[in-house]
Amino acid sequence: MGRFILRRALFGILVLFVISFAVFLLFFVVAPGDKAGNFCGKGCTPERLAQIRALYHLDQPWPSQYLLYVKRLVLHGDLGYSFTNQQPVRAIIFDRAPATASLALGAAIVWLSIGIPIGILAATKPRSLRDRAATSFALAGLSIPTFVLGLLLIYLLFYQLTVHGAAFFPAGQYVPLTQNPWEWAKHLFLPWLTLAVVSAASYSRITRGSLLEVLGEDYIRTARAKGLSERRVIYRHGLRSALTPVVTLLGIDVGTLLGGAIVTEAVFGLGGIGQTAVQAVINGDLPIIFGTVLFAAFFIVVANIFVDIAYAMLDARVRLA
Amino acid sequence: MTLIAADEVAEQKGGGSGPDISAPAAIQGRTPLQLAWARLRKDKVSMACLVVIVLLILVAIFATQLTDLIGHGPNEQYRDKGLAPNGLPVSPSGFFWLGGDDVGRDVLSRIIHGTRISLLVGVVATAMAVIIGVVVGTTAGYFGGRVDTLLSRTMDVFLSFPFLLFAISLVSVFSPSVKISIFVIAFFTWANVGRIVRGQVLSIREKEYVEAARSLGAGDFRIMAVDVLPNLVAPIIVYSTLLIPTAIVFEATLSFLGLGVPIPTPTWGNMIAESQGTYQQAWWFLVFPSLALFITTLAFNLLGDGLRDALDPRAARVLARK
Repeated sequence: MGRFILRRALFGILVLFVISFAVFLLFFVVAPGDKAGNFCGKGCTPERLAQIRALYHLDQPWPSQYLLYVKRLVLHGDLGYSFTNQQPVRAIIFDRAPATASLALGAAIVWLSIGIPIGILAATKPRSLRDRAATSFALAGLSIPTFVLGLLLIYLLFYQLTVHGAAFFPAGQYVPLTQNPWEWAKHLFLPWLTLAVVSAASYSRITRGSLLEVLGEDYIRTARAKGLSERRVIYRHGLRSALTPVVTLLGIDVGTLLGGAIVTEAVFGLGGIGQTAVQAVINGDLPIIFGTVLFAAFFIVVANIFVDIAYAMLDARVRLA
Repeated sequence: MTLIAADEVAEQKGGGSGPDISAPAAIQGRTPLQLAWARLRKDKVSMACLVVIVLLILVAIFATQLTDLIGHGPNEQYRDKGLAPNGLPVSPSGFFWLGGDDVGRDVLSRIIHGTRISLLVGVVATAMAVIIGVVVGTTAGYFGGRVDTLLSRTMDVFLSFPFLLFAISLVSVFSPSVKISIFVIAFFTWANVGRIVRGQVLSIREKEYVEAARSLGAGDFRIMAVDVLPNLVAPIIVYSTLLIPTAIVFEATLSFLGLGVPIPTPTWGNMIAESQGTYQQAWWFLVFPSLALFITTLAFNLLGDGLRDALDPRAARVLARK
């Protein structure tokens, strides 16, 4: 187990290097143009340009810039400074991370509590009306793009309610949890609902499929033959191993979202990592782009390792080698 | 599935000189694809989706003719009739059947032309992803060993990319266009296909008929093309059908974020993005493009589900574990 984690962690670090290198290649080798010139602005003097170049090390060839970047990151955890407002990128990311984390974790709780029960309901009575209803819900959820659902929810639950004098759900913006927990939850309600409905679909589908498979296995028949109640058979014996693929999916989904829920943040103006990243791409703010890409990739890598470990712990048949 | 392989071996044994004498002649042989088609035809939902998809393809092909019939081009602005006196979009009427947009254009004409981009990007990006994925996945699964390790790790790296963020970075560097959208989507999807294909090939290469082909002196390339690939047809068809809606949504998302197909070319994604300013007063501007997007992705998803049941019940498990 220890060796497995070590090997996965080393591969994860390699992945982060490859990804950061790819981003560097993309912006320094493929992308044309003068990085410093874009930020010098109007009334740019040669001295100021040289100053900016020296400040951001843009006067050096890109391979040594990459080495410098990696060195600073590894030794000091330093991600450099934003081109647009000169703030340290690490501070910007830590500043925006709570909004993204609140969105991702809250939504995960909501989609699990919608998706898994629907999946169980469908699996315990396959081919019944409720199974077909659950399947339809899943397919509809899979087919609706996040931004479409977000805008529709804003229209129905924010705009229409407000017009009719029942302004309950604000249409976005982020209020820190420490500032006002009630407002925090209220402002995040619509974003949570959006992400949850879109994702709950795949969770109900996977729960259904995997529970159906498990319920057909011999040890379930044994459990029933022992005279256990159907409830106990399904919840204690069946669900435990049926949830393994759910954990896999959950790990990867949450890992991906923690690195920035780009679309949902854009629709609701939450100002998290995702929105910061998109803004940086539009502004050509390289240090922020590098920082957010690495931050997001880090969570994906960690989620993958976590999923493999959880897999082995939940399912006795899996041995890590 | 094994039937094909048996035929294959028989054919090679006989040197391709003619049908095996022992084969019963009275029974008409049906290929697995014919059987699957027969099953699919009984599935009403799948057939309805197929009809919807064929209609969408026709709309995409004849988009110009259709909008000529309506009389409003997708980018024609009607400042007097297409905008309400207060400057807001006009509601659906005999003039604009699905209403107007924020600069006085016909929403229906723009949706019709948007079909083109969505289907083009969806189908071409999926085709590219599937071709790359099948080639890489088959190579990795068939040869195993170091080749497999190298290719599998490469796919792992691709799957670890924060793809949407990296996709918008790529688009911003190359400046948005239809081509770059297709390229970016294929770039971040092929590894999914590759991983599934690899898994399938790993088990196929251990089958007796592959061993038989090898003992008859067939080369690696021939075995991959003749013995392995035909067995991948079912999962590939199913997975492609399910990838198309993903690619369509991906394109719409890029357009929505302003990094897809550049305006004024109408796409469902950028129509929805443009509706953001006024949709609270003009619901049709948001709802109809959204509906077009939803119906299209739903049709492909339902058809993919039906195809999976019709083609190969085993494929269901492979996909669920993706």
